[in-house]
Amino acid sequence: MAENTNAAGEVAAGAPPGMPQLNTDYFANQIFWLIITLVVIYFVLSRVALPRIAAILAERQGTITNDIAAAEDLKAKAEAAEAAYEKALADARAEAQRIAGETKAAIQADLDVAIEKADAEIAAKAAESEKAIAEIRAGAQDAVKEVAKDAAQDIVALMGGKADAKAITAAVNDRMKG
Amino acid sequence: MADEAKSGGGLSFKPMDQFEVKSLFGGEVGMFTITNVTLWLALAVLAVIGLLVLTTSKRETVPGRGQSIAELMYGFVYKMVEDVTGKDGIKYFPYIMTLFMFILCANFLGLIPMSFTTTSHIAVTAVLGFGVFIAVTVLGFALNGAAFLGLFWPTSAPLPLRPVLAVIELISYFVRPVSHSIRLAGNMMAGHAVLKVFAGFAQVAAIAPVAIVGVMAIYGLEVLVSAIQAYVFTILTCVYLKDALHPHH
Repeated sequence: MAENTNAAGEVAAGAPPGMPQLNTDYFANQIFWLIITLVVIYFVLSRVALPRIAAILAERQGTITNDIAAAEDLKAKAEAAEAAYEKALADARAEAQRIAGETKAAIQADLDVAIEKADAEIAAKAAESEKAIAEIRAGAQDAVKEVAKDAAQDIVALMGGKADAKAITAAVNDRMKG
Repeated sequence: MADEAKSGGGLSFKPMDQFEVKSLFGGEVGMFTITNVTLWLALAVLAVIGLLVLTTSKRETVPGRGQSIAELMYGFVYKMVEDVTGKDGIKYFPYIMTLFMFILCANFLGLIPMSFTTTSHIAVTAVLGFGVFIAVTVLGFALNGAAFLGLFWPTSAPLPLRPVLAVIELISYFVRPVSHSIRLAGNMMAGHAVLKVFAGFAQVAAIAPVAIVGVMAIYGLEVLVSAIQAYVFTILTCVYLKDALHPHH
């Protein structure tokens, strides 16, 4: 190497013309620094970068798995809640129907009783009224008979006859019937 | 070289000057001299730290842009190692990730104008290629013992053909580190040299627009090549590692 530098004043002059790659004077330098570079990169990667990236990826995978599991859990819970809600709704509906039916039946029974009672009252009232009407009618007949008898007696007396009470009564009764 | 270029009709083509190793603080280039190689290797280290360490410092469950890039690169190489070598190759993932990140960052840093491309040097890629070769061979014998030699004895072939195939397998096995390293260095060097040649043509006003369009096109191609070569180097490393882990296939 010393010869080369002395001969041309620059290192390249001693090299085979054209390709610096084939100048063996540089090899030791390149190989030395390359090995240091590779060792440094290897330690940086194996001690810091790769474990860190592996941890990040594993953590993400774990997070994704957990999230999916949690989502499935929540979905199942939501479905259960929905089912419970539906069931409660159906129960409430059935209960409401039962209560409505019961109420209707009770009201119907009350109504029947009341109607029966009212019918009976109406019947009683009607009978009473009929009875009263009959009495009134009978009373009216008697009064008419009386008036007719009196009138007939008076008429007989006026005509100068002697009024036979019994005969007059019988005649009035006879007329009334006829 | 400079003299040759000057004599060449006013056009000065120096496509190889960019690969020159220079001492940063003057003086000769010795083994421990801080050179432009040192600078750009250090920048590659910083780029790796910036890409994978700084971006992930917040450890967000929902990643931002930087962290997404770091996770993508991690996932890309991890999946590659897992797909090619199988589950038992995962423990070599940090080494392969080191290779991938270094080559990727060095390739892309080399695309910065006026920069120095460390991966265009055969000395650098040969260390990577032969490093992989030696590591894989040692690992193959350590894990499988003599059974590792079964790699060169294809039992599925007819018996008379086996010795011939064994010779071919043996040759191809030993050519691996050479092709592995020359592929990367050659790709990087050729692309950068072509860029410089096109840039040289831009000195002539008449063809300058064509040259500049050419530089842009080649630059786009080089961006592609930088990523692809990092990928190719890494996946071949995985394939060689698979051979060491499972020699019978």
